[in-house]
Amino acid sequence: MSDLLAARSQMAMSLAFHIIFAVIGIGLPLLMIIAEWRWLRTKDEASLTLAKRWAKGTAILFAVGAVSGTVLSFELGLLWPGFMAYAGGIIGMPFSLEGFAFFAEAIFLGIYLYGWDRVSPRAHLSAGAAVAASGALSGIFVVIANAWMNTPAGFRILDGKPVDVDPIAAMMNPAAFTEILHMMLAAYAATGFIVAGIHAFMLLRDPRNLFHRRAIAIALAVGGAAAVLQPLSGDRLAKVVARNQPAKLAAFEGQFETKKRAPLRIGGLPDERAGVTRYAIEIPYGLSLLAYGDPQAIVRGLRDFPEDERPPAAIVHVAFQMMVACGFAMMGVAIWGARRRWRARGTGGDAWLDSRWFLCALVAASPLGFFAIEAGWTVTEIGRQPWIIYGVMRTADAVTPMPGLIVPFITFTLLYIFLAVITVWLLLRQVAASPRILRPAGAVEDEAPRVD
Amino acid sequence: MSIETVIAAIMVGALIFYALLGGADYGGGVWDFFARGRRAEEQRDLIAKAIGPVWEANHVWLILVIVVLFTAFPPAFAAIGTALHVPLALMLIGIVLRGTAFTFRTHDVKRDAMQLRWSLIFSIASVITPVLLGVTLGAIASGRIRVENGVVTSGFVQAWLAPFPWAVGLFALALFAFLAAVYLTLETRERALQDDFRRRALISGAAVGLLALAVLLLAKNGAPRIYAGISGSPWSAGLHVFTGVAATGALYSLWRRRYRIARLCAAAQVALILSGWALAQFPFLVGPDITISSAAAPRATLKLLLVALVAGALLLFPSLYYLFRIFKGRTVFTALVGQSNTEKRS
Repeated sequence: MSDLLAARSQMAMSLAFHIIFAVIGIGLPLLMIIAEWRWLRTKDEASLTLAKRWAKGTAILFAVGAVSGTVLSFELGLLWPGFMAYAGGIIGMPFSLEGFAFFAEAIFLGIYLYGWDRVSPRAHLSAGAAVAASGALSGIFVVIANAWMNTPAGFRILDGKPVDVDPIAAMMNPAAFTEILHMMLAAYAATGFIVAGIHAFMLLRDPRNLFHRRAIAIALAVGGAAAVLQPLSGDRLAKVVARNQPAKLAAFEGQFETKKRAPLRIGGLPDERAGVTRYAIEIPYGLSLLAYGDPQAIVRGLRDFPEDERPPAAIVHVAFQMMVACGFAMMGVAIWGARRRWRARGTGGDAWLDSRWFLCALVAASPLGFFAIEAGWTVTEIGRQPWIIYGVMRTADAVTPMPGLIVPFITFTLLYIFLAVITVWLLLRQVAASPRILRPAGAVEDEAPRVD
Repeated sequence: MSIETVIAAIMVGALIFYALLGGADYGGGVWDFFARGRRAEEQRDLIAKAIGPVWEANHVWLILVIVVLFTAFPPAFAAIGTALHVPLALMLIGIVLRGTAFTFRTHDVKRDAMQLRWSLIFSIASVITPVLLGVTLGAIASGRIRVENGVVTSGFVQAWLAPFPWAVGLFALALFAFLAAVYLTLETRERALQDDFRRRALISGAAVGLLALAVLLLAKNGAPRIYAGISGSPWSAGLHVFTGVAATGALYSLWRRRYRIARLCAAAQVALILSGWALAQFPFLVGPDITISSAAAPRATLKLLLVALVAGALLLFPSLYYLFRIFKGRTVFTALVGQSNTEKRS
């Protein structure tokens, strides 16, 4: 393994690990405060219990996210000093702002987790809202920096050095807004679905437990809404990519030839040697229409680019297909859930959850958001190669001169595997200890209300 | 004062906050490691209760230092990341294990044998991480990181594999442990526990003194610019006097069980030591090749960053005040006057 590949692998592994926790850090606090708000309004016992249990999960996951995020901020310098020396002055700004957002998140999470009996209910809820808001802001700032790597802006190059630096223009780069939209929706969808799926699994085993019913109602409302909106933001983002990173778009679609009326491919495997994509279902005009809004539009193929400026098409295309497939499956489940809920309106309650099929679908869909996120980041990062700053700096020129990078790569990989195993195990212990809250008297069951 | 100097000064300020708050959390872990005797469990509980609500916020000071460093002084960040890759990577492992082990121990649903394992990982990581942080700062101070045209020429080990950085590492460990022990005397009203940490504070305070001497002696060859700064500058006499007064004051007040004054003195001592290092190193960021002005980012970025730092501080300090008032209300925000009364009662 070359040092460059080791550095890229370590960065990819660190990001793939961190993003799971970062995403939950954005989504779970929102679910948690919705549950708490519901409790404040209705005094519903199950909602309070839910807020407290989700807070426990947030505590564990936030800590792992905080330390793995710290690792990343250092790794920018440990692995990519060339990039940081060049770009720090241009795009360091959103990272600094993220520092403050992270500060707010940590402060108010401390208040939220340890302050149940120390501050007023309203102050407590506000602290939770501050956690949710600053978590979202952290994510937004980091995505801005990534968007800049895709569509660099806010400087001019003179003799190989950046001049006329405008950090605000850098932050307002062409991809920033759409990438933010896409990532935020992804975060809420992924968190909502995984939480709904876990509670659906528990509800299948204990069908009368109100605790899980409340949980699914909240989690699926958030996750489902995001999943339904996501294809729209994805479409906008693809158009931004088509305009700014044509080689990346060609890799998305496994498009090798420059072509008018280019087709949209579903499935398929690009063969980079032969320069064709095989086994795909092709929808005529589809790509031209989706990328440029015109069925006659010309789409540049990978062959149009010098060989050393082409991203690896096979990985990017397959990851892209995976992301889209997961997204549509989630949207389908979300629409199914919304329909069931709509039909059951007026019956007062959660009869819409009384379908084993639907609950099984929720369980099956629960990890899809995270598959889609990992695949989506593969698409955007591998699709940008061989550049670290698109069209400006190559990844190979940014890497540290340090030899033996395989050692930190393996060390951090082992560390993160260890942490992943422990975290999953701890969360299983949390889930296994779920409280049991049954229907109050007068409802379908003739059992007295009972909390244990 | 130029804008880049102002930002560098803010960075030093953030580092001082990190040492006073985040450093003390590591020190808490050190005393978890050394928890002994009949009250070992009570000591551990007190430490966990003291750092639980605040350690994550305290940790962010370090992130702030790093992001400001790479935004305002990108070449310095690149040089440090390259020359000190090894100690920084090891420090990160420590940071990860300390934070996660503590959280896993705190938020697990059951109480069983696993807690002991987390305790062990938490406390060992708390001992190792400050040493590596100190090694990093010591290596930066030593002037052994050489950079030509943005390329590190001094290799990947030379800068940190020397007596001086490691002496600074042990010094940092002693300082953090000292701060923690002093703070912990105020976290409990129980006299016996207070005395446990008083004893620990006195011992680690003595260690701080000895290691300070060792660092100073080693600096003569190991970090000549720092040595020249702290021994011969116009400000050095004042610095030594104030630091000496603070150190003696801390130990004397500990001896007399005047813990609030001890805490004030200990914090002042740490702040003075870090300020002295920063002044001695000025105007170099990574001496002798990178200065504050040679590494400074474009002016537009520095201006915006300064605005963000001021605006951020306006949001941050009230929030931090709120956090500490909720969880440390009794220990931090009660006036110094009348302290001996409350302490006599306890």
